[in-house]
Amino acid sequence: MPGPSFDRTSSDRSVIVIGAGPNGLACAHRLASKGRKVTLIEAEAHPGGGARALPDLAPGLTPSLAHLVWQLDPRVEAAMDLARHGLAWEATDIPTTVIGREGNLVIRGALTDGPDAAAWKELHQRLMSFAAALEPFRRMAPPRLQAAGNSWGRLAKNLIGIRALGTRDFRELLRVILINAHDVAQDELSDPRLRAALCFDAVLGAWAGPRSPNTLILLLDRLAGEIAGRKGALALPKGGMPALARAMANAATAAGVSLRSNARVSRINIADDQVTGITLESGETLAAPLVISAIGPKATILSLAGAQHFDTGLVTALRHQKSRGGTAKLHLALSALPDFQGADPRARILLTRDEHEVETAFNPVKYGEVPARPVMEVVIPTAFGGTGAHLLSANVQFAPHAPKAGEDAARAQMLAACMTRLEEAAPGIGALITKADLLMPYDIERQFGMAGGNWHHGELAVEQMLFNRPIAPLSRYATPLKGLWLTGAGTHPGGMSGAAGRNAADAVLEAKA
Amino acid sequence: MSASPSLHAPQALNHFRSPLAQTPFHPRTNAANRLQGWAPWAGYMTATCFGDSTMEHTAIRNAATLYDISPMVKYRITGADAVAYLNRLTLRDVGKLATGQVHYTAWTDDLGKVMDDGTVFRLGPADFRLCCQERHLPWLTETAWGLDVGLRDESEDLAALALQGPVSATVLQEAGFNVQTLKPFRMASFAFQGTDVLISRTGFTGDLGYELWITPDQALPLWDHLMQAGALYGLMPAGSEAVMLARLEAGFITTGMDFVPVQHAVREDRARSPFELGLDWMIAWDKGHFTGRRALAAERDGKTSKWALVGLDIPGNVSAEGAILYFDKRREAGFITAACWSPTLKRNIAIAQVEARHASCDHLWVEIYALRELQYQKLMLPVTKTARPFFAPERRRATPPGRY
Repeated sequence: MPGPSFDRTSSDRSVIVIGAGPNGLACAHRLASKGRKVTLIEAEAHPGGGARALPDLAPGLTPSLAHLVWQLDPRVEAAMDLARHGLAWEATDIPTTVIGREGNLVIRGALTDGPDAAAWKELHQRLMSFAAALEPFRRMAPPRLQAAGNSWGRLAKNLIGIRALGTRDFRELLRVILINAHDVAQDELSDPRLRAALCFDAVLGAWAGPRSPNTLILLLDRLAGEIAGRKGALALPKGGMPALARAMANAATAAGVSLRSNARVSRINIADDQVTGITLESGETLAAPLVISAIGPKATILSLAGAQHFDTGLVTALRHQKSRGGTAKLHLALSALPDFQGADPRARILLTRDEHEVETAFNPVKYGEVPARPVMEVVIPTAFGGTGAHLLSANVQFAPHAPKAGEDAARAQMLAACMTRLEEAAPGIGALITKADLLMPYDIERQFGMAGGNWHHGELAVEQMLFNRPIAPLSRYATPLKGLWLTGAGTHPGGMSGAAGRNAADAVLEAKA
Repeated sequence: MSASPSLHAPQALNHFRSPLAQTPFHPRTNAANRLQGWAPWAGYMTATCFGDSTMEHTAIRNAATLYDISPMVKYRITGADAVAYLNRLTLRDVGKLATGQVHYTAWTDDLGKVMDDGTVFRLGPADFRLCCQERHLPWLTETAWGLDVGLRDESEDLAALALQGPVSATVLQEAGFNVQTLKPFRMASFAFQGTDVLISRTGFTGDLGYELWITPDQALPLWDHLMQAGALYGLMPAGSEAVMLARLEAGFITTGMDFVPVQHAVREDRARSPFELGLDWMIAWDKGHFTGRRALAAERDGKTSKWALVGLDIPGNVSAEGAILYFDKRREAGFITAACWSPTLKRNIAIAQVEARHASCDHLWVEIYALRELQYQKLMLPVTKTARPFFAPERRRATPPGRY
């Protein structure tokens, strides 16, 4: 595969970035601060992508698709100086409360109560050390043996870093790296609530149950992040997720990025086998020799640029790339704070009594059906400061992305199942609801342009990670089409930490240098 | 719920009794095949030789022969985007092909490695037939994604005969098919016993010749009709041995024999690009994107081709089939993929793949093991690069065709 190439004689330093999600913002910021003339195109009225503000559910209650931050790339956080641009944290150490059969269990990082307190501490520390050893790979373009421009030095350093875990831990990492989360929970823990939490977090946002192969690596990937220097953090920005988006947008604008909202790209223009710019739905054309798309590899290649500009093998591989969303998003406007059996409302509340419930909730989704007992991650962002009316935001797993019963029927079924589950965990909550809104994976696909409604614009699964993300020939952010680059959650390492945006920008800068 | 009835009453498993399919001409080719020499071709039985390959080859060059090409893989491509589709799939510009015209082309994978070669027949403005050696339906289907085209494997819907040799036009004339104005790589349709027979001036012998395409149920009447028309002109059936000899004289390459199609290559270094097979003249660089274009442009610009396909002249009369080529008699520099002592040319010829740096064939030697009365004798002979086709008589192109 020919590598990325540039017209080195071109003096045009303008760059168009499509999609102002966290990765698009991080990428645009990086390029602008290196002297590029960057235009960031956003289809919606507000930047932020998955972190952007959705329409108010009720006055003052502003939901967003993402409701917590697991990781923010430290390079991005430092370079964008987000604190100066208005980002403050409500909390970076949000505890997790599992609503169990025998009462609630609170987990704060490695600390918890109950019979497994010691086992959990040891397991958590081990998983954190594995995650830390793997983390450096998130900060580099994936290596490819046959591609030019591999940073062999960094690769060697990262591999040595893994080996430096020591013989015992290195061997253990090799044993568990491709294992499923359920087996680890069974091996290491006895408290069903802890097992449930481990299994839930491993498959959050994935199209996989905890017994599906290779699910532990998803948990390691989740734990690899940090926020404000805190490893394994779980955070909520002051003012909610849209505040993070605003701070990133402010930082990008301050660096010289020209942000254009309400501008939807209808196509990427190509002449003489190289990118010449974009055309907006309004008909307006913007010229640039370099276009970086953060809106998802499938949409970028197959729709905006057009499959006819790419080889059959690449198009087929990309079409077949798995992108099934299994997570629905529930937003409830409540007249008062609900009571989850005495749980701290500022905790992340998991509604899963044991690991089997997570797996059982996944089973029907394989066949396009709605589970009777979904498992849920509940966050009440208004509990941190609001009074009166409250917003409940929940990730509900699992939801079919292509339901057999039809979209509306499945949504109604899912909402009913959620309400039953919530009423059981927080008796009386039903009476507090003033408005409810449920986004099924297909709704998420429509509103956010995520293929299949998958958070990552392509499933984050071991066979679609690293040099296979989104597919091998596109894994180093460049595409075979001169001037077209990819970033966003659909590229390595996935997620909304900004790492993919930063990596892509670095790849562009290195290739151009 | 009841299980499918086929689970309880399996069909008689007797396919193994005739593992190779028979072409629509089988009753005739079988009767004529005195030695019962058969070989598999795309799942069909094909006659290797009807009795005397030398006589059959002599007929190709001096009279006329019928060769059953029904096993050839045939795809029908129709629809508004048929031209765009074939331009995406293949190397040449199908837009330049007129209705009623045929061209020889090839196609590659993403990395610019050849998957197959074949012929494209333009049957109408948005109606094409692609004939080739290998089966490609998955690749063809994948290439069609997003385009308005219909694809059909019509390999079994058509019987086909190659009528080749200097008197082939005369035989057709005798059979009532007026092909006087038919130019090379053109086709025309003729009425035949209530159906149509499509006749294209194409072939695999490098001689004057035609290919006839008809529905399978009219295959036997067509065979009989042609054999009768050609009886006084020395028309005889030919087997694959004679045809392969003729194709080598013509300098044509064959998928699977002169190169390994990339999709079947087990060893990574067996894949070949069009440059490495001498097919780069096909590449229509200005027609827009096609699969493999960027890899091929990089190969062209970087001059990174590793191999070259060459025609060779070898002294003596011992065929160099399968021989290895050496630079200065010492270092391996290539290998022979097809070779023969050509009865037509009275020359010892070969097609070879040589390392790109030895493309001139200077100081190349071939090591031949000559079997002489039970004993192999090793010959080390100097080779000379020579142009392909080795044999290209003017009669193959003359229109109207000569009457011999």
